[in-house]
Amino acid sequence: MKAIRTALFSAITGGLLAAQVASAQSLTVVAFGGASQEAQRTVFFKPFSATSGNQIVEDSYNGGLAKVKAMVDSNSVTWDVLQVEDPDLLRGCESGLFEKMDWNKLGDKGQYIESTISECGMGHIIWSNVIAYNRDSLKTGPKNWQDFWDVNKYPGKRGLRKGAKGNLEFALLADGVKPDEVYSLLETEEGVNRAFAKLDELKPYIQWWEAGAQPPEWLASGDVVMTTAYNGRITNANKEGKNFQVVWDGQLYSVDSWAVIKGSKNKDKAFDFIAYASSAKVASQYPAHIPYGVAHKEATQAIPEKIAKDLPTYPDNLKNALREDTAFWVDYQDELNERFNAWVAR
Amino acid sequence: MTSLSTNVELQGLTEEKSLKSKLRRSQRKQKFKAICLVAPLFLFVLGVFVTPICIMLFKSIDNPEVHKNWPETTAILSDWKGTELPPASFYLALSKDLRNSSENKTLSAAAKRINFERSGMRSVITRTARNLNKTPLESAEKEAGKLLESHKRWGELATWQAIKRSSSPYTSLYLLNAIDLTLDNDGSIAKVSEDQAIYLNIFGRTLWISLVVTLSCLVIGYPLAYLLATAKASLANMLMIGVLLPFWTSLLVRTSAWVVLLQKNGLINDMLISMKLIDEPLVLLFNRPGVYLALIHLLLPFMILSLYSVMKSISPAYMRAAISLGARPSLAFVKVYMPQTLPGVAAGGLLCFILSIGYYITPALIGSPQDQMISYFIAYYTNQVINWGMAAALGVVLLVCCALLFAIYNRLANKHDLKMG
Repeated sequence: MKAIRTALFSAITGGLLAAQVASAQSLTVVAFGGASQEAQRTVFFKPFSATSGNQIVEDSYNGGLAKVKAMVDSNSVTWDVLQVEDPDLLRGCESGLFEKMDWNKLGDKGQYIESTISECGMGHIIWSNVIAYNRDSLKTGPKNWQDFWDVNKYPGKRGLRKGAKGNLEFALLADGVKPDEVYSLLETEEGVNRAFAKLDELKPYIQWWEAGAQPPEWLASGDVVMTTAYNGRITNANKEGKNFQVVWDGQLYSVDSWAVIKGSKNKDKAFDFIAYASSAKVASQYPAHIPYGVAHKEATQAIPEKIAKDLPTYPDNLKNALREDTAFWVDYQDELNERFNAWVAR
Repeated sequence: MTSLSTNVELQGLTEEKSLKSKLRRSQRKQKFKAICLVAPLFLFVLGVFVTPICIMLFKSIDNPEVHKNWPETTAILSDWKGTELPPASFYLALSKDLRNSSENKTLSAAAKRINFERSGMRSVITRTARNLNKTPLESAEKEAGKLLESHKRWGELATWQAIKRSSSPYTSLYLLNAIDLTLDNDGSIAKVSEDQAIYLNIFGRTLWISLVVTLSCLVIGYPLAYLLATAKASLANMLMIGVLLPFWTSLLVRTSAWVVLLQKNGLINDMLISMKLIDEPLVLLFNRPGVYLALIHLLLPFMILSLYSVMKSISPAYMRAAISLGARPSLAFVKVYMPQTLPGVAAGGLLCFILSIGYYITPALIGSPQDQMISYFIAYYTNQVINWGMAAALGVVLLVCCALLFAIYNRLANKHDLKMG
């Protein structure tokens, strides 16, 4: 009896100690799930674990800073590295939610595209919001945002990402505003009213999505006739046999960065991971798995033409493109989202 | 003779008195024992349930962002009447606070709070701070000049009034917003503009959906519970498993299953089309009927089990007696059986209603934005906007609604002797 008890006791303590050691060694990386996280797993997470011996624990989320703020405020930070959208990066940096980038580990700033690096963030991908439709259901699809809004020519439901960001720009583009005038117009009351009025026209036909995996699902099941989507998810669905078409006219592209959460217990390993993932050799492999641009200048040059034509930054695709204005969204996100919520709940 | 009888009487009285005090003492002991048994659970509930709720209620009036991070501005505004534009010293205090808080990374918190008070202030504050940080701190007049140059709003009375209101330690703005009211520039209560007034509507929608779901559960669950209570043991056991099995499945799994069933090319539409009952697929998802369907499915076991437990304890002798006294079976059911099941109806109804009011995930996955209930907005303010004051305020209003409804129910229950205890 005593022997059994001691054996049990030592087994439990041994197990707990092992768990402690394991958790202290593993790095938690959080991304947006779905096809893009699968690509990240293949190109970054598994090779990094293999070469450095640090285990990576994955998690996913749909954007936003709430969980990060809760973690930092309550001093129980369980996430280490986070893939974060541009406005959230700027906001988080201003509010002290992210660690400052350690350039000793990341190397020379000059090797990265200038607009992708910042105080608290290391550029990870350049991605885009595009129109997508199923060529099997629509023989001739929409060519631009005016077509997206045209319910007579293309009857059926449309998918839009739930939130003000992106949709206000698209509404103005559909209303005939030129891309370089969109943000100056949105800073005025009349501009915002105009965008919401245009959205009102489309409202009965809209189905709202929140997770990046939903638009390709809905296109496949026929729930929507066309939708906005992250461009990489659509191209990757085509790799799996679907027949979707990406419309690049009027694309809204932005940069997602890696950030390290303030108070993370694995700060050094986090920066090691970011340095690894941003290095030219590793980063250049990413677009082959999912068509997003990368921040490393050399890596960008090295991408073969076949893959490059699906990237948001391919010169042909940049015609009539709009770069998401981070400063604008950081400042106006709160009130525009509040107005959007009130509008969408009616 | 009399002394003997009084003696006996006195003895009787003292005996009575000591008996009474003995009884009281033993009752006190019993009470003490009972309290000791309950104490651990009570402390647990107090710590894990009551305390967090009180903290949440407190968050709905707590207002720390501005008075903690901008101490000089708060101090200098405390005596300000708010009737005319402040002098240059105010601008100096504000400039110092802007510089300090942007260094401490607390600027955006204060800016966000003031933006909630007056729309558009966030961008004004962050841009002004960025401009100020490019120059060193100078005299009051110079700082005032810099602020006014950065943005014309610093010369408006409404801006300073908003900052003064945001800097008080407690605020009523969250609670007011939760019922579609707001504070005017001079601090009086006013209605929120038409396109922003959604919460009263949403509270009404939440209560209505819960009511419909509860009544539907009652109508569907009552016959099922009756069958369960009166059927043969073998049949009843099988039916009971049928009720409990979905109950044991995760809520999220059941909701996702409904998405698969109800979608455009889902099982229900496919079946109806193959049976040639309809030509075009029905729209059953992302609308109100889908939400009702899923919620009723989720809450039915609660209703059935509550009714079943009461129905099981009703002796069949009552019905037989009623019929033997000459009543038709239907009359006997209505007059004799149903009234005895009312406590079960009340318990099941209350349970379903209160559960349904709090439902978040099911309408979020199955409904359109016009079907979202109040819990969706509480989650939105907690998770996406990080405005915990607003989330707490909506929670407070919901709590008050439920408390009122429960008080009304209690009143009615007392009158009709429906108490659950």
